[in-house]
Amino acid sequence: MTRASASSPVSGWFGYRINPVGLFGLAVVVFWAVVALLAPRFIPHSVGEIVDTDYFGPISRELWFGSDYLGRDMFSRIMMGARYTVGISLVAVILAGFSGIVLGMIAAVSGGWVDTILSRFLDALNSIPSKLFGLVVVAAVGSSIPVLIVTLSIIYTPGAFRFARALSVNINAMDFIVVARIRGESLLYLIRAEILPNILGPVLADLGLRFVFIVLLLSGLSFLGLGVQPPYADWGALVRENIGGLPFAAPAVILPSLAIASLTISVNLLIDNLPRKIRDRSSGS
Amino acid sequence: MNVRTQIPSLVMSRLLIAAITLVIVSFAVFFATALLPGDTATILLGQSATPEAIEGLRASMHLNDPAIIRFLKWIAGLFHGDFGTSYANNMPVASLIGGRFINTMKLAGLTAAISVPLALSLGITAAMWRGTLYDRLVTVATIGVISVPEFMIATLAVLLFAVYLKWLPALSFTSEIKSFSDVLRAYAMPVVTLTFGVSAQMIRMSRAAVAETLDTPYVEMALLKGASKPRLVLRHALPNALGPIANAVALSLSYLLGGVIIVETIFNYPGIAKLMVDAVSTRDLPLIQTCAMIFCLGYLLLTTMADIVAIMSNPRLT
Repeated sequence: MTRASASSPVSGWFGYRINPVGLFGLAVVVFWAVVALLAPRFIPHSVGEIVDTDYFGPISRELWFGSDYLGRDMFSRIMMGARYTVGISLVAVILAGFSGIVLGMIAAVSGGWVDTILSRFLDALNSIPSKLFGLVVVAAVGSSIPVLIVTLSIIYTPGAFRFARALSVNINAMDFIVVARIRGESLLYLIRAEILPNILGPVLADLGLRFVFIVLLLSGLSFLGLGVQPPYADWGALVRENIGGLPFAAPAVILPSLAIASLTISVNLLIDNLPRKIRDRSSGS
Repeated sequence: MNVRTQIPSLVMSRLLIAAITLVIVSFAVFFATALLPGDTATILLGQSATPEAIEGLRASMHLNDPAIIRFLKWIAGLFHGDFGTSYANNMPVASLIGGRFINTMKLAGLTAAISVPLALSLGITAAMWRGTLYDRLVTVATIGVISVPEFMIATLAVLLFAVYLKWLPALSFTSEIKSFSDVLRAYAMPVVTLTFGVSAQMIRMSRAAVAETLDTPYVEMALLKGASKPRLVLRHALPNALGPIANAVALSLSYLLGGVIIVETIFNYPGIAKLMVDAVSTRDLPLIQTCAMIFCLGYLLLTTMADIVAIMSNPRLT
């Protein structure tokens, strides 16, 4: 990114250099993570409590983010919504990342028919548009938080697989792998001790971007009414609930969208401005 | 080795992969919907139905057959244009889809017609003036658009055009279209929203393609010999970037498929994606299966086209 080279780098932790834009991204991400963890302790009103006599109330001193379509406090609902949006997406990206990376390394190290079958099958899975896949699964088994997590992680496994496999194939051609093979090391040892440490940086950066896609898809599904179900509400569901306030430009419909945007844009900024050392360990794909 | 014979065989193998993928996808779609917990007949007839009635319906719907037989029957039906019967209103799925499919294609076509020229000119000029303020503005704007959900773009468009400027009606699709301005009003909002998302992808990819070509030694050579900037880009770089750009166009258009689902729902547009979202809430499986297959087919067509264009335009193969 031209943006990264334009701003002057400052010293970060672990001897890495992170520039201010990246630090800003990191700060926002950490902020939402803390909110997700501590929300129940500091929200001024309970999420179900009706506190305003008017609905779609404006921003005021008592209700910082206005009130929703039932007169509930929007600030509390958005802070609690962070738990669902961040939590579900985080668990899903960890599952997708774990299975994608493990399968990718296995495919690259095994080669042959294992590689062909895995690649072909996961590519086919990848050629189902993600929203459509979500729709079909929700239609079939209904929507609950575990179903959402599993679905989202299945949808984003092929991408993680493809990325990890491409990197692992490069590593797999190196001499130290040949040596390890000649030593008679097992598949498990090869992927754990030889491949994984060499692809970890770029793969984690890639997972960060995938986290953004998952947040967007989860919000999209919730917006369609097929994601997180009442009485729980993530940010996408909050927009859906309050869409009736759109003609009045109510803060209740705008602020949850802004919360999503702040999270996704910050993650993008953070990943884009990660130190080269982490991002491009091996220059492949 | 004769390089000319490579292209047909590469294209053929890509088409073969697409065909295999389609089989796997149809398998996945069918079994995802067939795995419904609970019995379809029980759901249709409700909890109070007698066991005999349920058994009768099961037999008439061939639900007692093994799943693989039902899958093969379903596939055979698709080839004959028999998409099954909707559970919700007993109408043939084909007649439910017909007009709505055309509506969605109109929306997609209009979006493509606007976004392709717009995005390509922005992407190419941004690459041309790389590093300038203009380039940075375009890059930041595209990253911004890509990293927010489609419904946010749609709600912002409604806020801007319907609430503040009052040019267009908010969240409604007028069915009575009498004049050209009615058409404009009906399509403006969905098309604007879709154009944003699709263009952002396309600008990003076409900018990257042109920027990469501009980094090659022969472009540097042209620069050293004194070619002007427009000549450098248009005559030297662009012809070699055409393949990647066409690839970018096809790939970006496949984002339309995800976009229409949200946009049709928000604006209540009578298209096939809205039909499918409604079918999901009523659990109308035959309708969902057919819509899902149409979407997957469209997506696969576009991505395969992108790959084939990339193969065809690779100068090392011709």
